[in-house]
Amino acid sequence: MTHDFSEPLAEDIEPETELENNWRQYLSFSTDHKVIGVQYMVMTFIFFLIGGLLAMLIRAELITPASNVVDRPLYNGLFTLHGTIMIFLWIIPFNAGISNYLVPLMIGARDMAFPLLNAISFWILPPSGILLLSSFLLPNGTAQSGWWSYPPISLQVPPGQPINGEFIWIVSIVLIGISSIMGAVNFVTTIFWMRAPGMTFFRMPVFVWSALSAQLLQLINLPALTGALILLLFDLSFGTQFFKPTENGDPIIYQHLFWFYSHPAVYIMALPAFGIFAEVLPAFARNPLFGYRSLAVASLGIAVVSIFVWVHHMFTSATPGWMRMLFMVTSMLVAVPTGVKAFGWTATIWKSKLHLETPMLFAMGGAAMFLLGGVTGVMLAAVPFDLHVHNTYFIVGHFHYIVFNTITMAIFAAIYFWFPKITGRMYAEGWGKLHFWLTFIGANLTFFPMLPLGLQGMVRRISSYEPRYQGWNVIASLGGFLLGVSILPFIANMVGSLLHGQRAGNNPWLATGLEWTTTSPPPRDNFEVIPVVRRPPYDYGDPKYSVIEPPDYHQAEH
Amino acid sequence: MLRFLEYLLIAGCIAVLLVVSHWIGHLAYFWMPPEATEEAQKVDSLFSFLTSIGAFIILGLVGMMVYSVIFFRAAKNDYSEGHPSRGDFKLEILWTATPTILVLWIAWQGLNIYQQLDVLGLRQIVHLHTPLEEPAYAAASDDKPKPAAETVEVFVKQWDWTFRYPNNVTSHELHLPVNLRTRLNMHAQDVLHSFYVPEFRLQQYIVPGRNIDLVVTPIRTGEYKLKDALFSGTYFALMDANVRVESLEQYNQWLSTAEHEPNTIKNQAVAEYTQPPKTLFKSNWYTVAPAQEAIANERKVMNDT
Ligand code: HEM
Ligand SMILES: [Cu+2]
Repeated sequence: MTHDFSEPLAEDIEPETELENNWRQYLSFSTDHKVIGVQYMVMTFIFFLIGGLLAMLIRAELITPASNVVDRPLYNGLFTLHGTIMIFLWIIPFNAGISNYLVPLMIGARDMAFPLLNAISFWILPPSGILLLSSFLLPNGTAQSGWWSYPPISLQVPPGQPINGEFIWIVSIVLIGISSIMGAVNFVTTIFWMRAPGMTFFRMPVFVWSALSAQLLQLINLPALTGALILLLFDLSFGTQFFKPTENGDPIIYQHLFWFYSHPAVYIMALPAFGIFAEVLPAFARNPLFGYRSLAVASLGIAVVSIFVWVHHMFTSATPGWMRMLFMVTSMLVAVPTGVKAFGWTATIWKSKLHLETPMLFAMGGAAMFLLGGVTGVMLAAVPFDLHVHNTYFIVGHFHYIVFNTITMAIFAAIYFWFPKITGRMYAEGWGKLHFWLTFIGANLTFFPMLPLGLQGMVRRISSYEPRYQGWNVIASLGGFLLGVSILPFIANMVGSLLHGQRAGNNPWLATGLEWTTTSPPPRDNFEVIPVVRRPPYDYGDPKYSVIEPPDYHQAEH
Repeated sequence: MLRFLEYLLIAGCIAVLLVVSHWIGHLAYFWMPPEATEEAQKVDSLFSFLTSIGAFIILGLVGMMVYSVIFFRAAKNDYSEGHPSRGDFKLEILWTATPTILVLWIAWQGLNIYQQLDVLGLRQIVHLHTPLEEPAYAAASDDKPKPAAETVEVFVKQWDWTFRYPNNVTSHELHLPVNLRTRLNMHAQDVLHSFYVPEFRLQQYIVPGRNIDLVVTPIRTGEYKLKDALFSGTYFALMDANVRVESLEQYNQWLSTAEHEPNTIKNQAVAEYTQPPKTLFKSNWYTVAPAQEAIANERKVMNDT
C-alpha cells in the first residue's frame, strides 16, 4: 500500500463531472471518442459475462466423463458461441474501445479523425451481438461448428430452414468485421495525421504503436475473412460449391482464408495488451521503459511476421511437407520480437521501486503468464510436436494462457489503471487486490490442467471423455467456477467506486503521458490547449525531463 | 571486486537454471502416454528438448520478476525514480540475437526430426470422379510413397471408422503388426476428420477428395484408442476405434479369422442417435443422422481413390 488516500488527492469540491451530469450520453449516438470508448468497453464486458457463463456450462459438462449436463448439439453450440463471443465480442472490440478512449488523448488530439464513422462502427456492434445471441431461440439453435466454422461441417444445417444458426452466425460475424474495418481506417488515419506538434513517431507511447500495428493488421487481413465468410454464406444458402469437397469445391481454401485473418487476430488481440504492459509497468516501477525504441519497433515487427505464419494452424491439415517446414520457421520467428518485449518488461522492473497496486499486479501477472503462453506457442510451431497435440487440450491451454491469462489480465490492468482518468474517481484498492488474487489463482487452476490433458491426448471439443482424464478436468472445472466468482468483487468495485469513490485528481499514479496532463475525466475536447511535446515518453528516471510537474504533496517527499 | 562478485553470482544462477531446466526436460517424457511407435520416440525427444529450453526461459524471467517483487519494493509514498537507465544498446542486441539463435536451433531440430518421421501426409489432389487421371499425377509427384510392408485402407465418416486390409477383410478395429512400416491410406466421405492415436504421437486430417497417407511403425504391442481429433459434428466425442498392435503371427491369424467372422462392434453414435442419454438440459436441436451399418460396408465399393 503506497498511496495514502485518507488525504484528499484533489479538491473535493470539484465541479460535477460530466459523467454525473448526463450518464444518458452513454446511451446516445455520441461522436466523442471518449464516450464511444466507454460504450465499447461496457458493452463488451457484458458479452464477456455471457461468454463466461457459457464457459462455466461447458466446464460443468466436463467435470464428469459422461455426457450428462447438456445434450450434444447444445454442447457444440455452447463452445461455438463461447469462442465466438470471447473473440469477436469481447477482446477485439474491447481493444477497439480502450484504443478509442486512449489514442487521441495519448497523441494529443481532440478526437478521432472521423468521429461520425467512429460512432457508426460502434453502433453496428450491439445489434450484431444481439442477432448472434438470438440464434439460441431458433428451433434448431445456434451454429454448432466451432468459432472457425470449417466447411463442410458448417454447411450441415437443418434442411428446409433458410434461417438457421449458421446463417445468423455468418451474418453477424460479417457485420462485426465491417465495423472493425471501419474502426481500423479511423485509427490508422488518426495516428498518422492527428498527432500533436512534436509528437514524433518515436515519442509515441508504446500503447499507440501497438494499437497502430493491430489496426494495420485489421486492415490488411480482415478482408480475407470477410470474403471467405461471404463465399461460405453462398455455399450455405444459395447452392454454390466453393468449399464443398463432393462437388469439386475445396474446404482447404476456406482454412487458408480463415487463418490468414485469424492468426493475425491473435496479435490484434495481444498487441494492445503488450501496449498496456508498456504503460503500466514503468509507472509502477518508477523506471523508464527499458529499450523503448526496440519495444516500439517490435510491435510492428510482430505484426509483419504474424502475417506470414497462418499455415501453422494447418500443419496436420492437407498441407504438404515443404509448406510445413516453411511455416514452422516463420512461426518461430515471431518469438524474436515477442522475446524482445518480454526482456524489455523484465528489465524495466529490474532494480526499480515497485509499487504493487492492482494495475501493477495484473500487469506483472499477465506478463509472467505470457511466458508460458509464448513458450507453448513456440513448441506448437515445431511441426513434429504439433502433429501430436494439435486439436487437443494442449492447444486450448496454450491459447487461454494467451487470451485469458495474458490479454484479459492486461485488460483488467488497463481498467484499473485508467479508471481514475475515465471516471475522475479512485477504485477501492482492497477489492482490486482480492479480484487479482482470485483471478490469478482461478486462471491457473483452470488453464494449466489443460496442458497435461492435451499431452495425454484429450481431444478438444469433445462433450464426453475417457475416465482416465477426469482428475485434471475436475481441477479445471473448479478453477473455472472460481473465475466466475472472481468477477463479482470487480463489478462491485467498479459500480461502488463510480458512485462513491474518492476524487482521483488528474494524475494519481504520477505517470507520464499526455493523457495524465488533462483533467479527469477529460473535457469534451480533451485539452484546454493542444500540448506541444518536447520529451521522449516514459521519463520516469529523470525528473527534469518529465512532461508533468509533480504535484505539491509529492514534492514534499523529496 | 563487487562487480566481479555480481558476475559470479549471475553465472552461478545461470548454472543452476541450466541444471534444473535440463532435469525438467527429462521429466517431460513422463507427461505423455507410452511411446507405441518409432515416431513417438522422436517426437518425445523433441518435446523434451523444447521443454528444457522453455523451462530455462520461463524460470529465468519469472525468477527475475519474483526477485524484484521481493527486493525492489518502494517505500510508502516514495515516488522517486528507480534507476535512470533508458536502455543499453549492447544488452538489447544480445537479447535480440539470443532468441534468434535459439529459434533457429529449435527450427533445425524440428526439421531434422520431421525428416526422420517421414510420415507422408498429403500427396496430390485426386479428382474424385475421374480416377483415370490419377496415374499421370502420381507419376509427376516426387512425393512417392515410401516402401511399406503393409497397407491398410482407412475409411471415415460421420461417425464411424472402417478399415480394409490387404485380403479385403473389413473391420471397425485397426490391427497393426508390430515393427513393420504400415501405410494407412485414408479416405473421408462426408466432412473433414482427423486420424489421431495419442500413443503414436501422430495426427493427420483426412479430407474428402484428397489422397492422404500416413506411415507408422508401431513398436509396442498393446491396445490403444484411435480418435477423431477434428470436430466432426454432433457425435464427435463418440468417434473412437480400438487399435491393436500385435505380433505378425497374431495379426495374420486375426486376418484369417476375420475373413469368416462378421463385424460385431456396435456403433456408439448410432446407439445414441436412436436412444439419447438423459441430460439435465435438452435442446433437441437438429443432428445429422449417423450412417447405419449397411452403408458403412457399401462404401468401400463407392470409393475410388
Ligand atoms: C472465463 C474463463 C474461461 C473458461 C473457463 C474457458 C473455457 C473454455 C473451454 C472449456 C473451451 C472448450 C474447449 C474445446 O472444447 O475446444 C473453450 C474454448 C474457447 N475459448 Fe474459452 N474459456 C474462458 C475464457 C476465454 C476467453 C477470455 C477467451 C477470449 C478470447 C476464450 C476463447 C476461447 C476460444 C476461442 C475457444 C475455442 C472455441 C472452439 O473450440 O470453437 N475463452 N474455453
Ligand atoms: Cu496462429
